[in-house]
Order: sequence, then C-alpha cells, then structure tokens
Amino acid sequence: MEFALFLGCTTPSRLKQYEYSSRAVLGELGVTLVDIDEFKCCGYPLRNIDFKAFVLSSARNLALAKKEDLKLMALCKCGYGTLKMASHLIKENSSLREEINEILAKEGLEYKGDVDILHFLTVLHKEVGLEAIKDKITRPYENLKVATHYGCHALRPSQVTEFDDPVAPTLFDELVSVTGAKSIEWPMKLECCGGPLSGVNDELSFAFTDKKLLDAKKASADYLTTGCPFCQIQFDTFQDQTGHGRGTNHHVPAILYSQLLGLCLGLDKETLGFDSKRTDIAKIESFLSP
Amino acid sequence: MFYTITLYASLVIFCIGLVYKISNWFRFNIGQPAGNMSVSTRIGAAIKGILSTFFSVKVFTLIKVFVLDVLLQARLLRKDFVRWLAHICIFGGFMLLLLMHALETHISSALFSDYYSTLNPFMFLRDFFGLMVFFGLALVIFRRFLSKAPRPTTNGMDYYAIIILAVIMISGILLEGTKIVSHSVYEEMVEEYAVLDEEEEIPLESYWVDKFGVVSPDVKGPFDKDTLKEGKELHEMSCADCHSRPQWAFLGYGVATVSKPIALSLDRAKIHTLLWYVHFLACFIGLAYLPFSKFFHIFATPATYLLNAVMEREKSDPANLATRQAIELDACIHCGDCTARCSVAVAFKQIPNPNILPSEKLVALRALASGKELPEEQLRVIQEGSYICTDCHRCTDVCPAGINLEELWFSMREHLAKLGYPKPEVWARQGMGANFDLTKLKEQTLSLTPVDRKFLGGLGTSAQASTFSVCFGCENCTNVCPVVGNYENPQEVLGLVPHQIMHALALGRRDLTFGSRMLWDCVTCYICQEYCPQGVSVTDVFYELKNLSFIHLKEKA
Repeated sequence: MEFALFLGCTTPSRLKQYEYSSRAVLGELGVTLVDIDEFKCCGYPLRNIDFKAFVLSSARNLALAKKEDLKLMALCKCGYGTLKMASHLIKENSSLREEINEILAKEGLEYKGDVDILHFLTVLHKEVGLEAIKDKITRPYENLKVATHYGCHALRPSQVTEFDDPVAPTLFDELVSVTGAKSIEWPMKLECCGGPLSGVNDELSFAFTDKKLLDAKKASADYLTTGCPFCQIQFDTFQDQTGHGRGTNHHVPAILYSQLLGLCLGLDKETLGFDSKRTDIAKIESFLSP
Repeated sequence: MFYTITLYASLVIFCIGLVYKISNWFRFNIGQPAGNMSVSTRIGAAIKGILSTFFSVKVFTLIKVFVLDVLLQARLLRKDFVRWLAHICIFGGFMLLLLMHALETHISSALFSDYYSTLNPFMFLRDFFGLMVFFGLALVIFRRFLSKAPRPTTNGMDYYAIIILAVIMISGILLEGTKIVSHSVYEEMVEEYAVLDEEEEIPLESYWVDKFGVVSPDVKGPFDKDTLKEGKELHEMSCADCHSRPQWAFLGYGVATVSKPIALSLDRAKIHTLLWYVHFLACFIGLAYLPFSKFFHIFATPATYLLNAVMEREKSDPANLATRQAIELDACIHCGDCTARCSVAVAFKQIPNPNILPSEKLVALRALASGKELPEEQLRVIQEGSYICTDCHRCTDVCPAGINLEELWFSMREHLAKLGYPKPEVWARQGMGANFDLTKLKEQTLSLTPVDRKFLGGLGTSAQASTFSVCFGCENCTNVCPVVGNYENPQEVLGLVPHQIMHALALGRRDLTFGSRMLWDCVTCYICQEYCPQGVSVTDVFYELKNLSFIHLKEKA
C-alpha cells in the first residue's frame, strides 16, 4: 500500500505531532508514504478570496500525485475536502478543466480529475482495515470513553467528499472501538469545531468550540478525538482561551486519533510526538490494559 | 586630483549612507513590538543587549556563528553547493582584491616590504582573485537567467548589483591587458625608472616586446640573440626588481594577446587611461551606493545571523525585537528562495498581486516600516497580498539569510490592522454591512427593479453558484444553520439568513446579499447544502459571493 502523503501547511508548522504519529502508525501497519516535496497549499485558504486560485492550487497538487501515479492521502479534513471539491469540479466542468490545465501545462503538469483522494482515517478504515488494525493492537484501552469529532469538510458535501454517511457516519466510531475504547454517542458529534472563523470572528468561533466541549462533557467523554489539525488546534490549543473568555470551563482533553491508536499499537510516546509537559493527554496511558 | 576628490566624495556618501541606514534600524517599527519607543531608548536597549551578550557564555555562540556562517557561509553550503561556491567566490575574491589591490598602499605595502602589484605572487594573485569573482558572477548569471529552475522576479536592484560588479571586474582586466601592450606606458616607465643611454633603448625595448608583450611602433621581432641578451641585462638592472613576466597575470595577458593587432591604435587613443577612469569610478560608485543597494547585506545579513543565534523571542526586550526586524529587512538579498518554496505562490498565477510572493512582500514591508504614507490603493494591494499566506513557515525555513520571515508577516499584519487594513474577511465583514444599509431599513419597501444583471452574471464561475435559482424558500438551510442557531435574534447580527440570501439573489439584489454579515460569519460546515432538498449549493454560493465582494471592494478602491 503506497500513498503520496499530503501534509498541508498547518500540520507541519503548528501540529508536528500529527505528522510524527501518523507516519509512525501507518508505518507500523505496513503503509508506505511517499513525500512529494513540491506539494503546496491545498487551496482551502484561497476559497474565500478567489475561486480559480483555489482550484488551481488544488489541482497542481493532484497533478503532482498523478505524475507519480499515486493515490493521495491527506491528514487534514479541510485539505481533504478541498482537494475532493477541486477534483470534482475539474472532472465535471470541462471549461474549468481546460482553463486550469492551460496554466498547469506551463509546469508540464496535467489534471483531469482522476486521482484517488483519501483521508488518513479512510486509509485506516478502508485500505488497512479494522481487522488488520486489531491484529496489531497490543494494549487495548479499558474503560475509556471517547467522543469522536468527524470534521465538517470531510463529511460534507457528501456527494463530493464521499467520506461516509453524512447523517449517520460510523467510520470514525469503528476506528475508536477497535482500540478497545468506547465511542460515546453525543448530540453535537457532527457539528463544526469553529475553526474556520478563527481570526475572522473569534467570539463566534469560540462559541462553537465551547458548545461542543460542553456537549462532550455532558456525554461524559474522557477524551475527544480528532483527525484534522484545525479541529485539534481548536479543541486543544484554544481550549483554555474558549473557556477563559466566557467564564465556563468544560475541560475535555482532545487527542489526535493517530496518537490514540499509536499508544495501543505499542508505539512509544516520543515517536508519537506526545508533549511530556501536557498532563491531560499523558493521562491517556492509564487507560491502557496492562 | 580628480581621483582624490571622487574617492573622498564617495567615501563621504558611503559613510553618510551607512549612518542613515543604521539609524533606520532604530527608527523602523513594524506592528507593535516597540510601541512608541524613542530612537534613543532603542539604541540604549541595543547597547545593553550587546554588552550583556558579550559578557556571557553566548559570546562563544557569536564567535562560532561568525566563523561558520559569516566567513565560511556554512548555512548556504548546507543548502546548495553551487550557490555557496558562487557566493564564496564573489565574496572571497572581491574581499581579497579589496584588501590586496584596492587598499594596497595601506595594507599590502605595510605587510610586505617587497610588495609590487606587478611582482609575483601578487601579480598572479590579483588575477586569480579576479578569476574567482568572474567564476562566481558567471554562476550567478547562469542561475538567475539561464537555468531552468523556476526563478523569481529580478528587479532593478538585482541588475544593478550584477552590472556594477561586472563593470568593475571587466574594466580592471581590460585595463591590465591594455597596459601590458601599451607602448606609451612602457615609455613612461622607462623614463621614470631606467637610466639608459640612447643606444641601450632599442635592446631593452626589444626585450620587452619579445618577453613582456609590449607592442612597439619602433621595433618588431624577430630579434637577434645579442640584442635580446643586452636587453635582458638592462632589464635585470632597471626593471626586474618590480616586474614578473606578464603571463602570470593570466587574465590581463589574455586580453593583451587578443588585442595585439590593434594595440597601437588603442594606445594612441589612450584607451588605458579611459579604462582607468571607468575602473576607479565604477569602484567609487559601488562604494558610495553600497548602503543603498543590496550590497548592504554584507552588514545586515551577518548581523541577522548573529542576532538570531543569541536572541530568544520570549526573553528579549521588545525594543530589540523591533530593531532586529528592521535589520532583517536589509538582510534580504532578493534571492527568491522564499518565493520558490512558498505554499501559495501558485495563487499569483491567478491573482496578479506581487505581494502574495514573500520576496516581494518584503519590498512592500520596507515601505510600510519606513512610516511613509502610502496611497490607499497600494495599502489595499498590500493587505490582500499579506493575507494570502498559509503561515506554513516554509519561507522562514529556507531563507539563506536566516530572516524570521513568518514573524515579519505577523508584524506586517499587525501594522496593517493598525492602519485600518485588517484581514480582508474581517474588513469585509465590518465594512460591507456599513456600505449597504438597506438591511437595516426593515420598513422600507424595496423596488424589485432593476435587477443587477451584471452581478448575477458574475455568479457562475463554479457552475454551482447558479443553483440558487432553484431555491423554493423552504428555509431548511436557515433552520439547520449552526450560525443562525447561535443567536436569539439572528437577523439583527447577521443581516439576511441563508434562505433570504438565496431569495435576494433571485431578485438580483447585490446590496442585500453583500450587506449581510451571514456571508462572513458562515463557518462553511456545509450542513445547509447537505440538507437542501433542491440541491442548492448554499455554501458554495456563499464562497462565490465572498469572491465577488472582494472584487467589488477592489473596484470601489
């Protein structure tokens, strides 16, 4: 199994542990990752500004993957959704396809909407498979309650993203269950983390984060798990800020799924990029079976 | 006399320029770090910082960085051998020429009692150092203009740097070559240094024509052995103490050999005098203009290396952080590595705003930092460019000058926000509502005509945006929208809610749609789109409306 790893911008610059832990986990599960140095912005940050700049930026990455004849795997939900959207648009819209390819041709690239785009979680679920993961688990969790945060841009619009059932998705819950943890039901599971408004309307952005945390807390989650750097940063890095400003504190620690899985695969904390100073995620080890 | 005047004039300009540029380091302030600190406070903080560093263990770090990164340019070597070679050849060759040749009366003569520029090893070394510079320059020109690797824009300053170096070097070599063959130079030397009887003139001249490349109008080879023998004796008596064979000055000798057929006319035209003027004037122009050109990096880039090696953002005095940023602006040599590595540079192909590219952003940043008032139009362009950035840190990782580019971008945005140019989304969110006050006048009856056809025609780049037309107003989108759900009284905060925006579009009302904060407060969660029974791409319509708003704002500006 071989994939071109699309890291995006946010993971390597602000959430390196996501990269480290994903590489480690996939390596353990026999997935080969190919780094394409020329991968650049997925186009997501350009969507508000200029439609064609977004499609061009996306298509360029896809064309690079195509050139290597590889499937592409994204770590980020926003990156995944954006690449899927651009690929869909290029496939459907011939005049857009021509226009974009005219620019790509100057770099000797071409894209026609024919690269398989997967998310990290999809690779684990569909390509590696739950059984194969289960076989590799050495220390499953016990009595751990986890709230899964699906992430909007992977889930919707479902016709384009093809991630899972947009109303009743199960992919992420199954991936959590396989670790021995219990994936709890919580009403706001499928809602937005507030990340896209960060820096535009912080008050509203944090209101979203806060609501979700409160909901996860009510559902008695020990941890909240994510598969996207934007969501993780929102729940993790900004968690103190969200509670702080609003006089509430629904503290639920957030953990990347790659780290959650990595620990029960027996990978050590350094490899998975755990920060030793962060007591709330370090505590996760106490749930591992002996 | 002319030489002395121009030398001192260029030295004075150079010194004034140096003081001016260094004073900028303490005057320029980007964003907030130094607040309204005075220049003297910042100089004081810098002196304090420098002294406390010198008297701590950090001094060893400084020495290490100075040797490795400044003198040997190890940073560049780690990045790219060819570039390191080019740079070290130009830097090393030119510095050695400066010390040995340009400052010969002050340095070489003082160090070596037997120094003569026409005597080996100095004669050979001068050309060897020159060859180093030529080799480096050739690599630079090849890389910037001929190689297939994507190169960024080349600006006037880049051309100036290459041209002035080339003029200095080429005029020097031509000067050397034309002097070798020049008969008039030969005669002047003989007059000054040799005491010859009249019958001794021919043998010496013959010897010099034969062995030293002089082209004479009076004597021509082949010469008989006795004449040459006599010439040699005379040469050893009067000339040999100061003259090695010209072949050692291999570059100049090459020029001499090639120019032999026309040497006499060149000599009559006093071409070597002309070249001498060109050579020293080019040197003096280079010197005088150095503080204002990109050659100023020979001060600013080492300063950046040294400062970054010992300063920590969290622990440093804000005054010194501001000063460091000002120095970093001068450390950029416009190599374009940042732009070649930039994550969003590809957007430049679609949005022709050079401020998207990090190497060009710095140019705008210099103008901003200087505090001079920029026209609104330019500020808008800078604002747009400075936010087309994913904060991916790649530019900072690759910068061979070690500039903390990402920190500069953050400060730049702070600076722009202070001037009233925040993140475009924030700006549009605040500004658009104010531009269209129809949403506030709830009692007013709106006319349904005229429909803004140009506006509606603009919606269709993605082919999804036109789906608004099939909306039948079921309000599903609004009911599922988490942003709407966040407010007790959504319309008060958001203006129109999603289904109303679709309706306003059907009516062709640009003012109503653009004036709704809903557009900018949309979290793009796509729930509305997922749940629309009619297949209206609500979120994608919003995206396109945001695009159109920016175009509208640009046109207005």
